[in-house]
Amino acid sequence: MRTVLLFAAVAGLILGTGFLQSWNSALLILNMGLISAVMALGVNLQWGLAGLFNVGVMGFVALGGLAVVLISMPPVSAAWQAGGGGILLGLVLGAATIVAAVLVWARTSGKLRGWGTAGVLLVGMIIYRMVLDPSVEAVEAVDPALAGYLGGLGLPVLLAWPVGGLLAAGAAYVIGKTALGLRSDYLAIATLGIAEIVIAILKNEDWLARGVKNVIGLPRPVPYEVDLQNDPAFVERAAGFGLDGTTASTIYVKVEYGLLFAAVLIVLLVLSQLALKSPWGRMMRAIRDNETAARAMGKDVTARHLQVFVLGSAICGIAGAMMTTLDGQLTPGSYQPLRYTFLIWVMVIVGGSGNNLGAVLGGFLIWFLWVQVEPIGHLLMSLITAGMTDGSWLKAHLLDSVQHMRLLTMGIILLLVLRLYPRGLLPER
Amino acid sequence: MDLLNGFVALANFVLIPAIAYGSQLALGALGVTLIYGILRFSNFAHGDTMAVGTMVTVLATWGLQAMGVSFGPLPTALLAIPIGILGATALVLLTDKYVYKFYRAQKAKPVILVIVSMGVMFIYNGLTRIIIGPDDYRFADGERFVISARTFRDMTGLEEGLALRTTQVITVITAIVVVAALFWFLNKTRTGKSMRAFSDNEDLALLSGINPERVVLVTWLIVASLATVAGVLYGLDKSFKAFTYFQLLLPIFAAAIVGGLGNPLGAIAGGFVIAFSEVGITYAWKKVLTYVLPPALEPDGLVQVLSTEYKFAVSFVILVIVLLFRPTGLFRGKSL
Repeated sequence: MRTVLLFAAVAGLILGTGFLQSWNSALLILNMGLISAVMALGVNLQWGLAGLFNVGVMGFVALGGLAVVLISMPPVSAAWQAGGGGILLGLVLGAATIVAAVLVWARTSGKLRGWGTAGVLLVGMIIYRMVLDPSVEAVEAVDPALAGYLGGLGLPVLLAWPVGGLLAAGAAYVIGKTALGLRSDYLAIATLGIAEIVIAILKNEDWLARGVKNVIGLPRPVPYEVDLQNDPAFVERAAGFGLDGTTASTIYVKVEYGLLFAAVLIVLLVLSQLALKSPWGRMMRAIRDNETAARAMGKDVTARHLQVFVLGSAICGIAGAMMTTLDGQLTPGSYQPLRYTFLIWVMVIVGGSGNNLGAVLGGFLIWFLWVQVEPIGHLLMSLITAGMTDGSWLKAHLLDSVQHMRLLTMGIILLLVLRLYPRGLLPER
Repeated sequence: MDLLNGFVALANFVLIPAIAYGSQLALGALGVTLIYGILRFSNFAHGDTMAVGTMVTVLATWGLQAMGVSFGPLPTALLAIPIGILGATALVLLTDKYVYKFYRAQKAKPVILVIVSMGVMFIYNGLTRIIIGPDDYRFADGERFVISARTFRDMTGLEEGLALRTTQVITVITAIVVVAALFWFLNKTRTGKSMRAFSDNEDLALLSGINPERVVLVTWLIVASLATVAGVLYGLDKSFKAFTYFQLLLPIFAAAIVGGLGNPLGAIAGGFVIAFSEVGITYAWKKVLTYVLPPALEPDGLVQVLSTEYKFAVSFVILVIVLLFRPTGLFRGKSL
């Protein structure tokens, strides 16, 4: 009952936006809310179900975004000719170095162990850089204003969503192998670091996705607004609803995106609910509540943690791919931990950790507030500063500060919910 | 001569910056480690506590400058630090009273406190941005150099210059004074000893009549002061920007964990380990190597292992290596 009421309330908020502001902004909130809900679902799987403290969400989201570029952009053949082979060879050599170093470490002992491993690493790194660097330079020299990277595979963009999940899952596997089994605080710092590294790679490796030069004009799974406006049949149908072509086309595109995202969310939500209620889900909760007891019952805690860490990260990767598709561009400079990691955490905690529906609710609600705090704050500030003289220093400063209100508000919401509803708006059953 | 030149280049570009940066990290890590030892949680809001303290100091510095006060050759900000500490302490104590105390009374799990500190982080971050704004501010004034590169060259006749900035000297001296005072306090005074006892064994400390609220209060006082000093030193050396301070969280935590969480000596060692590796790995060694190696072996490239953008990767890799091989850190963690 509470679930239905709260969801109805959030729906009301979004509908209210539609009536009071515009349907375009309402749909924008809805679409990003759907994506946020998917991210929250991923974090909830890790934190709510397994108690894993992952604050590297941003990294997995960005990897999903990278997948969109790698899958959907057309390949830059000149760049491939200039240095594609060299880069691939370099990456293989780099991976081989790490594998060799691990093998040396595992197979030898005594003094040889430390020096041998270090030697393999050093020699391997030098060879790796010698192969990689010239190719990277060659690739980045190819038409740097428009390309300067290898491009993608030129496949349909929808394929990038599962691939984004796979990419994130692969990264999560490597991280999990090393960092799980550490204490929860250490895992938190480790994931925080990973996320920063992923962003640093995206920003600096121009051959991969153009770095801070951004990849723009990603292919879309839905028609372009301009094409719709030029389509007489569409304009006629829109006129039937009493809408002009421009408004109708933007709304149509957003609705179609929304349907795609909703489909993904519903599939993932159903799967998560099934997982939660399955013996596997009960086992995960048993491990979360008492690791020692679960281990004594013969459960492989580390393996289960790795499993759920990979799954949750994959969901974040899918959401990241969806988001980049919606934006139509990959801008590594725009990824910030407060927005892409900690905000998702606020969603999960506010919604109710351990409850999938709660995470979804939190996703919608917190995203709505994140967007709407600014106009509301502006209204408030105008009221507060109404008595002040125009052009006064304080008035300008206060009005200017409204854009930073959302961080403050999110903190207050998180603290209030933690205090008043420690288990979230929709507690775990 | 070439060797000497090589050493001067090394000192100029690696040793001196790393020592200054390491002192700043060490002061930050000390705060994290103290909270972990006494209050028993990882404080995600520490970077933003530093930002708040520094912000108040910057505002006070501007005020002093407007009044025409200056500190001679030294930066005016040094005079303003006490005000910054006051501001940070007030905020932190208010936060403790209205936020953390509730969970302490409940004996909440540490991870809940970590999430609470996430909320506090949002609030501090928002406050900083609302009050001073998200831009980059430079507030260092006074004499820029103790020794400038040109003076050094004229003095010694070497090819390489050695620049010693005032802020670097101040950083190191302040760090030494603060750390010495902290260790004196922890080891010699009654309150300090009760803090260590509390950190070692809470129940035993309570039994022997130590007032926990007083220990917590003193801890917050020390942490706020350390955070402000660390933040101001970092800001003087580089610049003040809210977002940069938030990002400092990673190297600071890496330093505290590498040294052993809860161990103040470890925090200092960890700070320097992280700083030296960050600077060493992101520095282009060509110049130093050209002096040191015989001409036949001179490197062609920059001999830079990673570009400076990857400095976070360095703290992270060191963190992982230490955790894999010595999970409790270089010094045994978890006791003051």
